[in-house]
Amino acid sequence: MSPVLKVSRVGKAFQEYASELQRFANWFGLVIRPASQHWVLRDVSFSVAPGEAVGIIGQNGAGKSTLLKMITGTLPPTEGSVEVVGRISAILELGMGFNPELTGRQNVYHSAGLMGFDRQQITCAIHEIEAFAEIGEYFDQAVRTYSSGMQMRVAFAVATAFRPAILIVDEALSVGDAYFQHKCFERIRSFQKEGTTLLIVSHDNSAVQALCDRAVLLDRGHLIKDGAPSEVIDFYNALIAEKENATVSVNQLDGDGAVQTISGTGEAVVGEISLHDENGDPVEFINVGAPVELRVKVRIAKDIPRLVFGYMLKDRFGKQMFGTNTYHTDQVESDLVAGSEVVFSTSFNANLGAGSYSVSTALVSTDTHLVDNFEWRDLALVFTVSNFDKPYFVGSNWMPPVFKVTK
Amino acid sequence: MQKLFKAVWMYRHFIASSIRNDLRMRFARSKLGGLWMILQPLAQVAIYAVVLSRVMGSRLPGTTNEYAYVIYLIAGMVAWSLFAETVSRCLTIFVDNGNLLKKIVFPRISLPLIVAGSALTSNLLLLLAAVGVFLLVGHAPTWQMAWLLILIPVNMAFSVGLGLILGILNVFVRDVGQVMVVVLQLWFWMTPIVYMPSILPGPFRTVIECNPMYYIASGFQDVMLYGTAPPLENVGYVAVAAVVMLALALAMFRRANAEMVDVL
Repeated sequence: MSPVLKVSRVGKAFQEYASELQRFANWFGLVIRPASQHWVLRDVSFSVAPGEAVGIIGQNGAGKSTLLKMITGTLPPTEGSVEVVGRISAILELGMGFNPELTGRQNVYHSAGLMGFDRQQITCAIHEIEAFAEIGEYFDQAVRTYSSGMQMRVAFAVATAFRPAILIVDEALSVGDAYFQHKCFERIRSFQKEGTTLLIVSHDNSAVQALCDRAVLLDRGHLIKDGAPSEVIDFYNALIAEKENATVSVNQLDGDGAVQTISGTGEAVVGEISLHDENGDPVEFINVGAPVELRVKVRIAKDIPRLVFGYMLKDRFGKQMFGTNTYHTDQVESDLVAGSEVVFSTSFNANLGAGSYSVSTALVSTDTHLVDNFEWRDLALVFTVSNFDKPYFVGSNWMPPVFKVTK
Repeated sequence: MQKLFKAVWMYRHFIASSIRNDLRMRFARSKLGGLWMILQPLAQVAIYAVVLSRVMGSRLPGTTNEYAYVIYLIAGMVAWSLFAETVSRCLTIFVDNGNLLKKIVFPRISLPLIVAGSALTSNLLLLLAAVGVFLLVGHAPTWQMAWLLILIPVNMAFSVGLGLILGILNVFVRDVGQVMVVVLQLWFWMTPIVYMPSILPGPFRTVIECNPMYYIASGFQDVMLYGTAPPLENVGYVAVAAVVMLALALAMFRRANAEMVDVL
């Protein structure tokens, strides 16, 4: 299918002139070079097909908002081009452009008008907007009396009143109560089914994971990764932990094309990792609910004062099943000498649904990998849980059921 | 250029409803509401009238009404208030709406049009009130008032053109906004509104004669107080100035449009 959005080699530079007079002279035909150019985005290309959901992730200042502005069209790119087929609607800062003295209804007319709809179209949709916002009589009261959640309800209802070809969802979705968030996601999903393309910008990786089938990672103005959300998010996590002397390596694992990301300073590294059954034999396939032991041998490459070991189980979509570390269990190792070896072993019951799971390991100094990241290893181990003897069930959790049927 | 007009046409409903909202907003939650649009300039007229009528009142030749100075003041004030409101609001229009411009795509030219529409509405109301006051003091308006159908659009065009130019410059050099507050005050006193041009010494008068607002204000005074037609060449001079301003403003707007969001 031909793409609805095509971003080709887009770059944005903010120009600074020695004096603003030079800028004005430029408008009138004189050609004066700007004193300095500051590139915030360069050479970004990707295209998105109808109905695709793409997450845009990156640290603050990576260029996400600049990219979005160029896609929406408020900011012209300095080089390259952005081609869009159809209408773009953005749920950005909610309630922006709302007039506090006007009622919800008047504001709906105003914002929808700003989006380019005429009175008639808005009048047709107003009941639907009012019903979706569910704020009752407040709809006809001044917006200044609204809570921020109510403003967000109205704003979301207007922004999604007409199905756009591309819907841009910014952080904004985190506002509002759980009920309304659900409703929003529902609507976003139904749009997607009808062919709307989603662009989702979020620091909340779980939202990206839940909604997107693709993610792009921006870093310092460049697009450095474009792929499956779980893979890109792993890379992103590795990236934010990256320190001066740290490295990030990405290995293609054989088989299903999964990608392993390893990052860290390498002051401590995972040497061997294995999963064992009750008898201590290494296993790869385990029964639902079976007791297992995860053994991890850690090599210390440099003297380190503190070592925390953490692990995390993820399902094949990258969704976190369980994770903890020895910081939380008060088992921090201290004063380790270079060359020594530590074995961490953890036993648990594999109370997981049937499917494939991966283990990520972390070697850090405190409870997060953002302070000292010795090593962070995604997909360190993959194992499969199969249901051999339990009654059939769905879901990723094994919660032994006891039915009681009374007549 | 055609694209610009097309965009405006497509957004005409939005512009119209924004003008309504703008007027509604300005006086929301005040007891007298829209009356303030008229009361403020009239109060100013009253102040000048009380303070200056003794000094100025006797200098209006060719009038018989004892309130001639008040009428003179009102006529000048009607002209000035449209100019001052339009210019000072256009001045900050892009800066104030920076957030909107950065996030939403819509024809940016609608912003000055909304300001112009709102200023024009309040000016017409002021004009109505002015006629009311004239009748009250026994000054019957003459058919020469029909000249306002030309004078007001010329005033509007000149104000929007100048306001837009300054508004664009203000995005890049914020000093413009600060300076203009002072300049507008000075400009007010450089325009014969509270005084008559006849009291000015010769060299000063040549300076005043460059001021387009002089011709606008005296045009208003001619048709509203004296009941005579304004000199056509004067109106023509301002009309040309207005067209030049508007053309310059549009040319600048088209160039600056792309860069504006960069610095907002």
